[in-house]
Amino acid sequence: MALATTSRSTRKGLDLLGHALMALATLLIVMPLVWMVLTAFKSADELFLMPPRWLPAAPKWSNFMEAWRALPMARFYFNTALVATAVMLLQLVNGALCAYVFARIKFFGSNLLFLAFLSVMMIPNQVTIIPAYVVLSKLDWIDTYWALIIPHLSSVFAIFLYRQAFLGIPRELLDAAVVDGAGHVRLLFQIMLPLVRPVTATLAVLTFTWQWNEYFWPLIVTNSMRMRTLPVGLVFLRAQENLWGNWHVLMAGTLLVLAPILVLFLIAQKQFVLSAARSGLTGM
Amino acid sequence: MSPGSMVRGYLPRRHLTRLRLPLAGQGLATARQQDLLTAVLFLLPSVLVFGVFTHFGLMYNLYISLTNWKFSGAAYRWVGLENYDKFFSSNAFAVVFHNTAYYSIVTVIAALILGLALALLLNRPLRGRAFARTFLFAPYVTTLSAAAMLWLWLYEPRFGLVNIILGWVGITGPDWMGSAQWAMPGLILMNVWRTAGYNMVIYLAGLQSIPEEIVEAATIDGANSWQVFSRITLPLLSPTTFFLIVTGIIASFKVFTAVAVMTQGGPLDSTQVFTYFIYQQGFMFFRAGYAATVSTVFFVLLLLLTLAQLRLQRHWVHY
Repeated sequence: MALATTSRSTRKGLDLLGHALMALATLLIVMPLVWMVLTAFKSADELFLMPPRWLPAAPKWSNFMEAWRALPMARFYFNTALVATAVMLLQLVNGALCAYVFARIKFFGSNLLFLAFLSVMMIPNQVTIIPAYVVLSKLDWIDTYWALIIPHLSSVFAIFLYRQAFLGIPRELLDAAVVDGAGHVRLLFQIMLPLVRPVTATLAVLTFTWQWNEYFWPLIVTNSMRMRTLPVGLVFLRAQENLWGNWHVLMAGTLLVLAPILVLFLIAQKQFVLSAARSGLTGM
Repeated sequence: MSPGSMVRGYLPRRHLTRLRLPLAGQGLATARQQDLLTAVLFLLPSVLVFGVFTHFGLMYNLYISLTNWKFSGAAYRWVGLENYDKFFSSNAFAVVFHNTAYYSIVTVIAALILGLALALLLNRPLRGRAFARTFLFAPYVTTLSAAAMLWLWLYEPRFGLVNIILGWVGITGPDWMGSAQWAMPGLILMNVWRTAGYNMVIYLAGLQSIPEEIVEAATIDGANSWQVFSRITLPLLSPTTFFLIVTGIIASFKVFTAVAVMTQGGPLDSTQVFTYFIYQQGFMFFRAGYAATVSTVFFVLLLLLTLAQLRLQRHWVHY
């Protein structure tokens, strides 16, 4: 930028404008979330005031209790946490295993197989959901954890990221380990994986979040309140007789669902943001 | 130590594929055979799951689309391309395709422009931009169904935040989710809110990869800010732009949760998109055959999109 030729006051003005724009943009984007939190603490009459009151007179914690009791929220939490954790672990392990093979072991048809794996990413859920439902119901897995977890036990995204990471490890390191007598399992788990910890951290955070946020799949493969997950269960809140239009309770429920992921995001922002940036550059 | 293990300890395996080595519990096996066994074991769970639920699923889905199956045990029959005929000749394909395309194109372009603007803004050394970046990105990680619930409240005609803010500038906002004209724009706005920050982060990475020297050289040569932007920055960002458009359109073609939670395809089919139509036909009306048909058409469309844009990439990326 032609900074050498702009006067100090112009630069100061531009700087101020920049800060103001940034603040405005941030405020606009964040406002819906802030509004949600504020609404969650209001009482029913405070919702429908004109002009709108921003802050509640007194925080109504009972909204959360009402939302919690209206539906088996604890059960939803348990289901979602269990499934998200299980799927994350399985995807990490299978991702590493497959990536290891594709990075280190060449066999007849391995390239074709890799392409077949990649093609999985191009086939959306909706195209395979009916056959998947048939298979799952033949196995009697509908409305069980099996249906929620097993079909997702491997992730092409994880395989892709791990493979790239493994290909970046210097050959000499791995050859030295092989000479020292390391077999495949030792090579993978004791040498290669520890070297790619950032990738594991990123994948763990992303796959956990994606699985937590899943809506379509649990909607189809579960049909009892006992087995539903948070995203699906939350929507039922609105259908409850006494809660229609009771936005304060509905927002309390929504906050309960959003909170864990937002907290995770604040703790692990780097993983989320960096992975977005990285995937943009690799064109993935 | 046995001769086998002594040899294994001193020589790299690759050169000794024919050497017979003891493999625990399996008798003697070559290093090559060990490699293959490992490959099979490691790949097995993934191959099984992908094979059954994706590749087999795709073909089975194609088969179902050629029947009139209704998800029950009752007899069904082969109907050939009848479902496809019905889908295309009735209004269904036109409506669904129009809505999905409308949603995708507008949402991608709007989020792209907004993301680029934000990235250009945050590329400057402003204080607090790390915070801004976090908050701007946050909507992208939110659980979609929860965000949908939130926006249902925001779109409440009289007391929702959107119409309140519109009221401040003197506009009476519509009944967003209840109007056939405004429901889709409402969904689009929510998606732009969600994805602008993501686009911004990707553009920021792209901006930071532009070499300083090029910009400096241009400035020394007398280029003003607009010329730098349009002749240097924008072209150098074309791979990023391309990536965002491709992935953006493909991702927004698959929109489901927002529609399912907020509008259920209405009002008056104004937000009827591919995925929701498939869900409705298959799991609410139990027309499995017809739903499979729609999903096959959907898949082919996505495939064409991907191929077309991969082909265009060569023309689009230029610097």
